[in-house]
Amino acid sequence: MSVVEAVRLALAQIRVQKLKSFFTLLGVTIGVMFLIAVVSIVQGMSNYVENNFAAKFLGVNTGTLRQFPDFQAGNVTEAQWRAWQRRPKITIQDADAVRDALPAGARWAVDDMRWINVTSKYTNGGPQVLGHASTPQIFTIKDLKVVEGRAFSEEEETLGLPVAVIGQEVQQFYFPNIDPIGRELKVGGLPFRVIGVLDKQGTVFGLPLDRVVYAPLSSPMQRYTGARIALAGVTVQAANSSQMDELTETVREVMRKRHKLHPSQEDDFVVETSASALGAWESIKKFLVFAGLVLPAIGLVVGAIVIMNIMLVAVAERTREIGIRKSLGARRRDIMAQFLVEAATLSTVGALVGIGLGFGLSALIKNLTPLPSSVAAWSIAVAIGLGAGVGILAGIYPASRASRLDPIVALRAE
Amino acid sequence: MTADVRDIPLSTTGERQAVVGDVGAVPGQDWVIVTRGITRDYDMGGEVVHALRGVDLAVRRNEYVAIMGPSGSGKSTLMNLVGCLDTPTSGEYWLNGSLVSDMKDDALARVRNREIGFVFQTFNLLPRATALHNVELPLVYAGVGSAERKKRAVEALERVQLKDRMDHRPNELSGGQRQRVAIARALVNRPAILLADEPTGNLDSATSEEIMRVFEELANAGQTVIMVTHESDIASHARRVVVLRDGRISSDERREKFVQKLEK
Repeated sequence: MSVVEAVRLALAQIRVQKLKSFFTLLGVTIGVMFLIAVVSIVQGMSNYVENNFAAKFLGVNTGTLRQFPDFQAGNVTEAQWRAWQRRPKITIQDADAVRDALPAGARWAVDDMRWINVTSKYTNGGPQVLGHASTPQIFTIKDLKVVEGRAFSEEEETLGLPVAVIGQEVQQFYFPNIDPIGRELKVGGLPFRVIGVLDKQGTVFGLPLDRVVYAPLSSPMQRYTGARIALAGVTVQAANSSQMDELTETVREVMRKRHKLHPSQEDDFVVETSASALGAWESIKKFLVFAGLVLPAIGLVVGAIVIMNIMLVAVAERTREIGIRKSLGARRRDIMAQFLVEAATLSTVGALVGIGLGFGLSALIKNLTPLPSSVAAWSIAVAIGLGAGVGILAGIYPASRASRLDPIVALRAE
Repeated sequence: MTADVRDIPLSTTGERQAVVGDVGAVPGQDWVIVTRGITRDYDMGGEVVHALRGVDLAVRRNEYVAIMGPSGSGKSTLMNLVGCLDTPTSGEYWLNGSLVSDMKDDALARVRNREIGFVFQTFNLLPRATALHNVELPLVYAGVGSAERKKRAVEALERVQLKDRMDHRPNELSGGQRQRVAIARALVNRPAILLADEPTGNLDSATSEEIMRVFEELANAGQTVIMVTHESDIASHARRVVVLRDGRISSDERREKFVQKLEK
C-alpha cells in the first residue's frame, strides 16, 4: 500500500468527520500557531536589532569607550554594579588621549547626553528631549542626516557656540508649522540657535530617536550633561570592519596606560562595539526562544495525546475494516503504515492550519503592537516536521494495536 | 502413492464409496488443498475446546466443494484454516503446493492475497469506498500499479456484470450487487481458491439463486470454489459435499449421490 494511498485515505477521513477532526487537530494547530508567532516575534526583533538598533544606536564599525557596559545580558549583581560605580569616570582628557592615538582613517567623537527640559516661544511646554553634547564627527559616525539647515562645524565646537541640531519630533513639538532654522530653542533655560533638523530616525524599542537636540561639546550643553566631570562615552569608528579589532585594542592600550593598570589587572572600562551589544542580544534571544517554545510544546503534547486517543477510537471503530483488509492480504506493516500515515496526515494538516494562523497572528502583532515580527522560513519547516513527527509518535501505539488484531476476531466485529 | 477419488474401487453396490480424507493426495500438481490430520484447539478460559479433531481434506483444482455441518461442527474453524486466517494446532495444510500450516503472519497475509479470494455472508465491503476501489484493494496489497489495478478491477467487475455500477458505494447497491462486488474483489487477484462463507446467508431466495448462478459459471470456467453453508439447497449446487460433525469429516460425497439423498 503506497503512502499516497494512505494519505488520500486519511484526508478522506478528515473530510468525512470535519468537527471531530477540528477538535483532534486543535492542540497541534494551536501549538504550531504559537510556535510560528513566537519565532516570528523573536526573528523580527532580531532583524530589527541587527538592522536598525545596531546601526542607528551604535553606528557601523564603531566602538564606544564607557565606564561600564550599557548593554548587558542577564542580571547584573549588586556587587558587580558597585564595582562598576567605583571605576574611574571617562573624562574629556581621556577623549583627547584617545583622539591623539587614533590610527589613520579612524574617526572619533564624544557623545555625552542627558534628558533636559526645553522650551520655545511658539508653544507651551512639551516633552523632555535627550540633549547631546557632542563633537561634530558624531553626525558622520552615527550616520545622522541633516535634512534642513546644517550640522555644526569644528569652529563652532572650538568656540563653544550655542547652536543646536534638532530631531524631527523636537521640531514638531516646539516649532509647529514654523521653519525652526535660525530660531531660538531654550535648553534648560539657556538659549540655543537652531541651525539644522535631522532626518527622521524612528524609535528603537520605544525610545524616540527623534526627540534629540545635538549641540557642540564645548557649548553650554555640557553644563547639563556634566561633560566636565564625566562623559557618557567616547565613540570611535574604524575605516572598515577589518580594522575594528585594531582600533578597539588601541583604545584599550591608551586607557590602560592612563589608568596605570598592571598587566594582571582587568580593564576598568569597557569598549562596547555593535558586536558586543549584539552578543548581549543573542543571549536574550536564546532565552526568549526557549521561554517562547514552552507554550507551543504544551500545545503539541496535548495535541499528541488527543491524536493518540482519536486514533485508538478510530482503530476500535474500524476493527471490521482492518479485518477486511487483513483478509485481503494486508500485512501488519500495511495496517501499521495506514494508521501511522493517517495520524501523521491529521497532525500535519493541523500544523498547516497552525502555520496559516501563525502568519495571521504574526501580522496582527506587527500591526497592533510596537513589536516587530516576521515569520522565519525555518520555523515553517520545523512546524511541518513537528506536525508529522507528533502524528507519527502519537500514532505508533494505536497503529501497532491495529496491526496486531486477529483477522478472524476483527472480521466478526460490528 | 497418488490417490484420486476415482481410483478408489467401487463398492459391490456399484456406488463409489464416500471418500473420507484423501490421505494419499500429493500437495501441488492437481491438488490445490491437502490437509493432513489438522486439529484446532481453543483455550476457553482454561478449558480446551477441540474444534477440529483431525481433518484430512483434499481438493482438486477446478472442484466445486460445499462444506456443511451443524453449528459447532467446526466448519467455521475449518474455513478459517483453509482461508489462512488461522493456523492449525497440529497437522499439515498444503495450499497450492506450499506448506502454509507453519507460516507466520506476514507470509499468511501474502498467501491470502495471492491464493485466496474470500466471499463473506456480510459482504465485508469497505463502506466508504466505491465498488471499483473495493475491488482494487487486493491489488493494492499485491503492489500492483494504479493503472494496471484499475484495468484489472474493471475486468473483474465486468465478469460479474457490474461495470456500470463501479462508481457506486456499497450503500447505493442492492444485496445481490454487493455480493457480486465481493465476488469480483475475490477474483481480481486470480486466486487458487474462491472461499465463500455462507455467501447467500443475507440474501433473499431469488438473489441467492442469482449468486449461485455466478458461482456455477465460475466453477464451469475452471475456478476452484469452496463454499461453507448450512443450507442443503445451496450446498446442492456444489459438485461435492463435505459434511463435518464434531470436528471430523463425517461424509464426503459427490453430487450425484448427495442429490439422490436429498430427494429421498
